Amino acid sequence: MSNHVNLERRRQAIYGWLLLSPAALMLSIFAFYPSVATFWSSLFTRNTRRKPSEFIGTENYADLFADPTFWLVVKNNLFYAGITIPVSIAIALAMALWANSKIPLRGFVRTAYFTPTVLPMIAAANLWLFFYTPGLGVLDQIGSLFGLPSVNWLGQPETALWAIIIVTIWKEAGFFMIFYLAALQTIPEDLKEAADIEGASRWTYTRRIVLPLLMPTTLFIMVNAMINSVKLIDHLFILTKGGPSDASKLILYYIWEMAFAFFDAPHAAAMTILVLAVLCIVAAIQFLYLDRRTHYQ
Amino acid sequence: MKRLSHYIESAAAILLALIWISPLLFAFWAAFHTTSDAVNFNIMSAWTLDNFRTAWDGAPWLRYFMNTFLLVTIVLIGQFFFTTLAGFVFAKLEFPGKNLVFILVLMQLFILPEVLIVENYAMVSRLGLFDTLFGVGMPYMASAFGIFLMRQSFKSVPIELHEAARIEGCGLLGILWRVYVPLAKPTYLAYALVSVSTHWNNFLWPLIVTNSPETRPLTVGLSIFGAPENGVDISIISAATIMSVAPLLIAFLVFQRQFVQAFLRAGIK
Repeated sequence: MSNHVNLERRRQAIYGWLLLSPAALMLSIFAFYPSVATFWSSLFTRNTRRKPSEFIGTENYADLFADPTFWLVVKNNLFYAGITIPVSIAIALAMALWANSKIPLRGFVRTAYFTPTVLPMIAAANLWLFFYTPGLGVLDQIGSLFGLPSVNWLGQPETALWAIIIVTIWKEAGFFMIFYLAALQTIPEDLKEAADIEGASRWTYTRRIVLPLLMPTTLFIMVNAMINSVKLIDHLFILTKGGPSDASKLILYYIWEMAFAFFDAPHAAAMTILVLAVLCIVAAIQFLYLDRRTHYQ
Repeated sequence: MKRLSHYIESAAAILLALIWISPLLFAFWAAFHTTSDAVNFNIMSAWTLDNFRTAWDGAPWLRYFMNTFLLVTIVLIGQFFFTTLAGFVFAKLEFPGKNLVFILVLMQLFILPEVLIVENYAMVSRLGLFDTLFGVGMPYMASAFGIFLMRQSFKSVPIELHEAARIEGCGLLGILWRVYVPLAKPTYLAYALVSVSTHWNNFLWPLIVTNSPETRPLTVGLSIFGAPENGVDISIISAATIMSVAPLLIAFLVFQRQFVQAFLRAGIK
């Protein structure tokens, strides 16, 4: 009998490793090896024809920390995250509450909110270009109706990052909405009835019952929004290219520029490692909080 | 009072909806008008298809469309293959070391392929896949997200079906193919919709690994077409943009419910 069990166990192990190996190979080639290789190459100098690369330890990191552009980009990215995360979550929540209530044209409203999600970021940037272009753009035309002067939204440091932020919020809010919408539909009707009987206002009901019940969804969305604030940079290529004078440059764009425009792979690698460290922290937050879904039961 | 607040909220919801699709509507308007009519918002002005003609002649769009189509197909087939096998192992087989490997796989959820562009580029070049559609698709094939999704789906398959198939003399791969895969159809569909729209829209990585019109997908082609150096005007850019988002947008409008369900199923674990 135990012989048989042993055989079955061995069979499962053999099959297991066999079936895992294709995916494991791919993940090793395109995730684990590159991560280690990135770390390794961040410890060396650039390999040029005149000078082969040599080990310099943490000097690339020291260079980054001494580089004012790096700090500007970090600041930009923190600002970008600090605005886009709460604002798109708040808008998504409002959208979901509206799309879930009995309003006229509900089908149209839902579609309109969600549509930006299926557009490529590059296309979204092109659409918004029409808004931001000085003189001809929609924003300036609206402004001129009120006698406001023309503004170069993308061309001046004070507004460029804001212009980028607005496109991001526009793109992701509708996506987050559907998760709230799904969560709202799981809230039992009797809670609303009970609240009505107790004479609670709609505002009280929303704040004291709906919002706490949506908490796990909010955390899930927040993790997604954090990841997006690292990864959503495609529109920079169309709208500002990080300018003017780096005012709208974000980290991933800077990594790209460092590696593929300045051909400085070691510094790009060092920056990549720092980003990965931040993403690990986000992962830790998710594992710590997201599994505790039962706060309110 | 209650009535009034209902009206105000409805109005606000609809206003927000109008604001939300206005970029698309303006681009649509601009695409069908001459540039001067477009920016003057002259409602009476004539509609024209000239912008589409000019845009179409300005770049090898047909090639770009083909490339994007091939790319999403390659990625999807690869993802189905790798995630089915791995998802099945994590859902139904027991052996030492499995949990450790699973944690390693989950780590990839946060090691975004977007962030590893430098080394992935080196890897793709080393494999001789630079400037090929295969090179664009490869890093996304063994998606940890997909593996997780398939695992969840396979886990919900009752063990009785598995046992029954085994008693009938089906091998492990046969059981996977005949029992698990057919039962996971909704998950495959959801995953396919999410994957296709993600890779149809992907930009940064294809920008890095493609270098010729023969491999460039739509997003990269569109960004090159619209680059200010090329001096194309707003109506023509709008026409090109509308053109390149049309297939996915129409598909979305037709299968809206499925799309939303797919994103939900893929998102909520």
